[in-house]
Order: sequence, then C-alpha cells, then structure tokens
Amino acid sequence: MSDAKQPAAGKKIKVAIDPVSRIEGHLKVEVEVKDGKVVDARCTGGMFRGFENILRGRDPRDASQLTQRICGVCPTAHATASVRALDDAFGVKLTSNGRIARNLILGANYLQSHILHFYHLAALDYVNGPDVAPFVPRYEKNDVRLSPEQNQIGVDQYLKALEIRRICHEMVALLGGKMPHVQGLVVGGTTEIPSAEKLAAYGERFKKVRAFIEEEYLPLIYLLGSAYPDLLATGKGCKNMLSYGVFPMDDAEQEFLLKPGVYTDGKDLKLDTDRIHEDVKHSWFDDATTGLHPSKGKTVPMPEKETGYSFVKSPRYDGKPHEVGPLARMWVSNPELSPAAKKAGFKRMRDFGDKAFSILGRHIARAEEALIVADAIEKWLVEAKAGEETFVSAPIPEKAVGMGLTEAPRGSLLHFVDIKDQAIDNYQIVAATLWNASPRDDKGARGPIEEALIGVPVPDVANPVNVGRTIRAFDP
Amino acid sequence: MSLTRRDFVKLCSGTVAGLGVSQLFHPGLVMAMKEGMQKHPVIWIQGQGCTGCSVSILNSTNPSIKKVLLDIISMEYHPTLMAAEGQTAMEQLYAAAEKFKGKFFLAVEGAIPMAADGKYCVVGEMHDKDGNHREITMLDAVSELAPMSGGVLALGTCAAYGGIPGAKGNVTEAVGVGTLFEKKGIKTPVVNIPGCAPHPDWMVGSIAYVLTQGALPELDRDGRPTLFFGENIHENCPYLEQFEFAEFAETFTSKGCRYELGCKGPSVYADCFKRRWNGGVNWCVENAVCIGCVEPFFPDGMSPFYEPE
Repeated sequence: MSDAKQPAAGKKIKVAIDPVSRIEGHLKVEVEVKDGKVVDARCTGGMFRGFENILRGRDPRDASQLTQRICGVCPTAHATASVRALDDAFGVKLTSNGRIARNLILGANYLQSHILHFYHLAALDYVNGPDVAPFVPRYEKNDVRLSPEQNQIGVDQYLKALEIRRICHEMVALLGGKMPHVQGLVVGGTTEIPSAEKLAAYGERFKKVRAFIEEEYLPLIYLLGSAYPDLLATGKGCKNMLSYGVFPMDDAEQEFLLKPGVYTDGKDLKLDTDRIHEDVKHSWFDDATTGLHPSKGKTVPMPEKETGYSFVKSPRYDGKPHEVGPLARMWVSNPELSPAAKKAGFKRMRDFGDKAFSILGRHIARAEEALIVADAIEKWLVEAKAGEETFVSAPIPEKAVGMGLTEAPRGSLLHFVDIKDQAIDNYQIVAATLWNASPRDDKGARGPIEEALIGVPVPDVANPVNVGRTIRAFDP
Repeated sequence: MSLTRRDFVKLCSGTVAGLGVSQLFHPGLVMAMKEGMQKHPVIWIQGQGCTGCSVSILNSTNPSIKKVLLDIISMEYHPTLMAAEGQTAMEQLYAAAEKFKGKFFLAVEGAIPMAADGKYCVVGEMHDKDGNHREITMLDAVSELAPMSGGVLALGTCAAYGGIPGAKGNVTEAVGVGTLFEKKGIKTPVVNIPGCAPHPDWMVGSIAYVLTQGALPELDRDGRPTLFFGENIHENCPYLEQFEFAEFAETFTSKGCRYELGCKGPSVYADCFKRRWNGGVNWCVENAVCIGCVEPFFPDGMSPFYEPE
C-alpha cells in the first residue's frame, strides 16, 4: 500500500511507484493525480550499463553476442537486429534456409516472450495469485474483479504458462544452441544446419504451444475484456504507431509477416528511418549529443544532470513520440484476427477503432499477434529444409556501416554499426523501451507511456492499480 | 596436454576442498536448516543485468520451477515476479530481511555500479520508519542486505565477476559481489554461480545442495561450486578426437572441432558438455562455439569470440 493520502477536490498530489515491478529492467513512475485522475506523469529509467561504449574497438562479429545480453527476455531480438546490421555492413546475403532458421529462432522466442509477459508479468494486475510470496503482499484494494472460478483459471494458466514458455525456449535452443542467451545467430545466417530430427523435435513442442495460445491465452484475454470493459477505454496514449517490420518472408527481404510502416496523426505513412532522431535534454546524457540520428549517435552519460530524469533517451519519428510493440505492429499491418476475435465481432485489428488504444487493446494485440506468429511458424517448419546450408561466410570489412532493423516482441529495434579498421568505431542501439518509456523530448512532449497515463483513473491514491496496469500493457 | 588452470589451482591451493558450512554460512542459516525450515526464504535483487538469470531459473525442470516457487523456497522479494510494487515492495524487502535475519539467501543478479555513488542503478525508493524519503541504489541494497543474510548467491557472471557491465569501456565502475565485499569489508559468505545466463540446474542445484546437505558444495578458487564448474569443456568435448587429429571445422556449419572458429572450451570449466541446455536439446559447442561465459574474465578475456585463442 502506498502511504499517500487522498487529496481534496481540485488539489493535486504526486504518487511515485519505484520500483515498477514485473517488467524487465528498472523503472520508476511518478504521476500527479487530481480529482481521481492522472494529470501528469514522468517515467524514469533507473539503470545504465553503457553497452554502446563497451562495444567500441571490439571485433564487429562479437556485437551479436554482446548486445543480446541487453535483455534476457528478448535476446533473440537484439541478436537479430545486430546480425542484420552486420549482414548489411559485411554485404552478405543469406541463404533461404538461413532466413527461415532465423525466423524459427526469433519466432519461438516471440511466443515465449508474449506468454511470459502476459502471464508472469502482467496477469497479477487482474488475477490474484496464491496467498504466498511472491504473490503477496499486494495492494489491499487491487480491483481484481474475477469470480473465484475465473480467478482459478487465471492461476492455473499462470502455472501452466511457466511450462509452455520453457518449451518455447527449447524450440529456440534446438536451432540456436541455448536460451538465454542464443549462440546460433551470427552474421551470415545461423550456425547450425537444422537436422530432420531437430526440426521434428521443434514441431512436436510447437503443437503444445500453439494449442495453449489458441485454447487458453486468447480466451483468457477476451474474458478480461468482459470483466474489465473500462480498461478498453483507458490508457490511450499518443496514437502514433511505428513498426520496422519483422520476419522476412522472401529472400529479397521485401515482404514481412508484420509489415513496416508508420501511423502518425491518423495517417498511414511509409517508413523512412532518416526521420528518426534521439533527444536527450530530459535524459541523463550530455545535452551536446541531443537530436542526433542513430548513425551519428553518441552516448555520454551525465547522471548528475539536473534537467534530466531518466537514463532512457527520447527517440522520435518526424519529431513526434511513437508507440511501438504488438499494438503498433498490429495496427500498421491490420491482419485478420483469430476466430475468438471474430466471434466477438472484430475481423481485423482496426475494427477495434479507438478501443485498440487502451490497456486491454494492447493485451489483445499481443495475444492475437502470438497466434499470427504461430501460424507463420507452422509454414516455416514446412519450408525449412533439413541438411541445407544456413550460413554464408564473409570477411570483416575494413570500413563499412550497417543498419539492422527488426521488431522485438516489445517493439521496434534498431542497431547501427560503424566499422573502421575492421573494428567497431561506433555502435548505436535504439531499443523498444526507449520509444515507449522515453521521458519528455526537447520540445517537451511526453513519451508514449507518460502520455498513456494521462486521464487514467486513480480513485484511491493508496492503491494506484491502473498506473501499473497501463505501464505493463506496453511490456516496457 | 599442458597443465590446466584447474590443475594449477589444485596444486597451489589445498583449501579448495572441504570448507565446512560453519566457515561459510551464517550460524542462523545453519540453525534454520537443522530445524528443517520449510520453504527457505530467498530475497532476490537485481542490479545491472538483463533479467536473463531470472528467466533461466524459470527453465528449471528437475525440480520444476512451480515446485521451486511453491514448495522449496519462499521468494520474499523478486522484482520480476512479485505482485507488489513501489512502497509496498520496498517495505516488504526490508521487512523480510529483518524477519529472516541471518537465515535468508540473498540472491544477487546483475553487477553493482560503484561510480557516481551508485546512481547508475536505482532499485527503488521508500519512506522509512521515520518518514524520510530514501532512494535506494543497488550499491546500498547489497551493502545493507548482504550482512543481514545467511549467505549470498551471486547469480550470473555480472553478479559474480562484473560481466559485461564491468567490461572494458564501461564508465559505471561495475563490479561483482566479491569485489564489492572486499572494498567494503563485508564478510558474508558468497557462492558464485556464473554463466551468461547460468544453467537453471546450477542455481537450483546449489540452493538444493545447501538445503539438503546442510553444507556448502566445494568451491573453487573463483568461488564456484566444483560440482558444476569442476570439469574442463575441452577435455570432455565430443569433438576432442577431431581436435587431436587436427580436423578443424572451417565454418560454423561444417564438420570438425570448433577450436579454429574461436571455441574457448580449453579455458573454460563448466559441465555444459554433459548437462546440455534447455531440457538437453542442445549446447553451445554443438550449435556454435563456447564463448566462456562462466569465466571471471568474460567477456574481455574471451573475445574476440570468433578467433582462436
């Protein structure tokens, strides 16, 4: 329980939550509450390691091993962005089987990440766990509205999901060596030609995972929709959406399962990465480095800078905050949805209209996306050829630059490498959490999570449950 | 074969084996184990890490993570798993440390940044008993909680030795638990369970060993249980014969020993070759190369990863 006291009508009170638990990383949020609603918010990323500086001077090939260790939930995504940047710099073109093996590795971890996120990070915002640590203590009034029977379904699925996400990791490991972290993703493709046995073992495990998504995960999400209908109208955010595209479907890498694109101020636009820059005026980095494109990016931490309040930079597209993640990808691609969604009257993501831009809209998008990725995995398993080459060798260039774009389960991910004398001269990473959890930019515009918190009901400042719900729905 | 580092350690140090639990763990913990304390309390804190160690322990199968969480330990605090957040969470952290003083395991994941008074990693904030507002850094948390614990489990290479956050080029002065303890004069016993990430068996196994045997497993010079880190990868490698006949793989996907591709197996001690990973479906050398993630000088002493030593 927070020790904050309910403010009088018309008065503002600050409520800080630090740590925001059940996320990957260190995040603090401070909201101002007036008349039962959030009127302002600040997100603080409280940890800095300095990967970009540590990478300088190293063998470029080491980047995929090092950068995936940014995140233990989605190492495959960082490894993918990194090897794509290196593929670009080394001028190497993958084999068909290499592309498919990479998709199978990244795809299996997408399922792992989405399931882990919903059940083991977010679900305790809606479901009461058993009355033992770490499920207690919890907020005294935590607004859990499920019947005892529904709640039990949630708890049983939480426990089953522990097993399902472990199976997803086995799928990754079959082709990628181990998890976490993954050995198999390297510049030029993957390190292991899949054998018929390993593909079969992958397929066998996959069946259980797919069944869980379709028969348990998706129905539970729609059950939450009926129990918490107000959360389909809470946490709107900036309504600007960005996707780099993920899972190349052809060898020319022109078509993606989830498409690249931008949705800004209500308009669909073509992605142009030249329009990305990172502000740092409100971050603990040197002001002299603000406003740079990632290819010119610099990382000079200044933890004592008084005008800063976060170790997160503020990436902006066309100078504006953009949300990234499953909702952004599903909004941009607008694919056909699951039978469960169709039964509820939603054929495609955009049929949700403004309800998509909400706490539950983000959970729905994630669960629906899990099924779309699962369906694609089924096809890649047929396309993958046992015994066929997945790796193309290429020398380290003397001097080259490369950009690697992909989508981590939690959102758009960009790696940029600048190689000089066969070593890393500069390496820049614009991770998904930078987009979503960014502090204000140089113009003073809030980051997407900060913006999504505006208007969120906090009727009881001692139990600000909707704040955590809003943040976790982004999977920051 | 030349003298291995392990042989060297054994030659130089007769103290590697046989350190009794009384020398290493707080008497309160020993007492708790003798009393057969069910669901042993664990407080798990995270510094400069990636949550990969937490994600890895979720992969535990024997026993399953469900059994670990519900029957074997009581996870009193874990930033990624606990229901609580903010003030409720921080009160729980310190209340549990008081309640189980001298008994609980402090699991540390991630490195500890020493620069800028620890500001490079803040774990939370709270109003203490006197109503004062405090921002608690990872440096504060480890320094305060470790002496209250029965023993520290430094989980992962970051917590054990500094890992990537402590690698060349870092500005945060990231260190592992052992180095911090030396600087601060903290005497609490530490078991290092390195790996990036560590195998779930190494983590659960070390906890289980202490709880069932009432004693610590034997530790090597680098503070690791020899139970898991006692054998050399290369000497036990299924590709050893190819190495001896100089049949080296030329690319990742061709046949032969991985040494020329940069495999660090000869310098690395861990049982991956027989334990394998993720339900035994694969391991690094079968898939690619060993990059030496369990060693104190990972990553700097193990890189470039794809060049032979």
